[in-house]
Amino acid sequence: MKIITAIIQEDLLDQVREALIEAEITRITVTRVSGHGQQIDEEIYRGKKVIPNLLPKIRLDIAVNDAFVDITVNTIIKTAKSPGGGKVGDGKIFITPLEECIRIRTEEHGGQAI
Amino acid sequence: MTGFQDSTQNRDGCMKKILLKSTIMLIVIVLAQAGVVFASEGNHIDSGATAWMLTSTALVLLMVPGLAMFYGGLVRTKNVLGTMMHSFAAMGIMTVLWAIVGYGMCFGSNVFGGWIGWDKKYLFLNGIDTEIMSAGIPEYVFSMFQGKFAIITPALIAGAFAERVTFKGYCIFIALWGLLVYNPLCHWVWASDGFLFNMGANGAIDFAGGTVVHISAGISGLVAAIYLGARRGYPETAMPPSNLVMTMMGAGLLWVGWFGFNAGSSVTSGLSTAQALTATQLAAASGALTWLIIEGVHQGKATALGFASGILAGLVAVTPAAGVVQPVGALALGVLSSVFCYLMITAKSKLGYDDSLDAFGVHGTGGVVGAIMLTFFIRKSWMDQAIASSGDWGVWHQLGVQAAAVLIAIAYAAVGTFVILLAVNKLVGLKAPREKEMMGLDSAYHGEHGYGMVNPS
Repeated sequence: MKIITAIIQEDLLDQVREALIEAEITRITVTRVSGHGQQIDEEIYRGKKVIPNLLPKIRLDIAVNDAFVDITVNTIIKTAKSPGGGKVGDGKIFITPLEECIRIRTEEHGGQAI
Repeated sequence: MTGFQDSTQNRDGCMKKILLKSTIMLIVIVLAQAGVVFASEGNHIDSGATAWMLTSTALVLLMVPGLAMFYGGLVRTKNVLGTMMHSFAAMGIMTVLWAIVGYGMCFGSNVFGGWIGWDKKYLFLNGIDTEIMSAGIPEYVFSMFQGKFAIITPALIAGAFAERVTFKGYCIFIALWGLLVYNPLCHWVWASDGFLFNMGANGAIDFAGGTVVHISAGISGLVAAIYLGARRGYPETAMPPSNLVMTMMGAGLLWVGWFGFNAGSSVTSGLSTAQALTATQLAAASGALTWLIIEGVHQGKATALGFASGILAGLVAVTPAAGVVQPVGALALGVLSSVFCYLMITAKSKLGYDDSLDAFGVHGTGGVVGAIMLTFFIRKSWMDQAIASSGDWGVWHQLGVQAAAVLIAIAYAAVGTFVILLAVNKLVGLKAPREKEMMGLDSAYHGEHGYGMVNPS
């Protein structure tokens, strides 16, 4: 079992979600986060350009059985890339081993609980 | 109140219809027949009427930020500022156009065969600097009061194509729409020589803007929603409202502002004002309650947005009717309007067009319901007046006039809007490109975020 954590652009969330659902990855946790990477953004405040310290991003957390890691990761890569071949700020994907998973309602353990 | 009666001779009377008590009416008719025409220079300020019209002018303006809040709360987080800016931009654009040519196009004398009005003294409102109207109010007040209607009407359309238009395209669209659709319609319905104002025995009844404001905005919104196509992901992707609390506050402001809209449309401060004010309050309340009941039965839960929608449905329907219906009629119009609007909104998902915030569903539908159904609730004194001027006049005669006015407004608004959409979309682009739409109007066109608090920064 793995946990896949992806940090993506806010505006691509719908597109990523739609593609994941199509690939039958429907169990997902989504969080609004702010962060700082290489991307620099500009906003306008009373006629002045402002560069925010932290940029809004979306964080996806998806727990999957090993057989589904590739399809999940590939789907995210394909759809979270900005149009035109991607740009700085499109985010990252982290994959970490998942030690245990328990469904609270049934108390099932392991892969079947995912 | 005399302002209306001498309107056929005197352009000072270019104002919405006022319901006259038959006794007063008779006196005025006698006076008019005796050749008394009020010269505008000789009019004295009626400070009571002026004070109420000043208040009404402010109240109608209050509806525009109310609408901004109502619509802004209904769109997704990423579009809240862009959507509110649709209302606020209208305050800027339409006001400037109104001062330059708008007032003259609406309330000048017929030109181009009555398509619009015009008189060069209205250019930049130059010629009305010292005018006192026969209603006893400075013409500046009347002009500014009417100007507020020209602001809110195009702002209403924005609800139909929310979340998917470019800001520049929108600004050009509403400017052209105001000049080519709103101003002619306003002239036909409210100017003393407008052809709908004079249709039938006593004119087509549109007290405060059922055809001019709500039907024209609703139909134009529908045409625009169909022409521009749905939002990306509609209807599969859920598009939850960003802030229903703001929507509720907006609905409240709209209700309050509507007293200026309707009761102010009496252009006096007297009996007809009170009649319009009462009808307005009652229709809003009965519309809201009806919506709650329908939803409670149909969905099992009475939603806050449902109550707000019912308020609007009732207010829209009573807008053309406020001057001619008594309390029972106002209550009935609220009920009827909510029923029809609810059906139309339910039908929307089956028909498949994306009228995002139900500009057509509420304003178009409610406007038609109000303009047609009011016929069955007209108070007797109005009918007596119609009979006095044409001999044989009844409910069915008036229904024909109302239906004709509605159809003319629908046809004109639909065709005019379509032509403007085509031109604006081809020349500057009205439909937002896909990536801008995904990014959201706020960041794509304004470089800002509406809700700073949702993300730590």
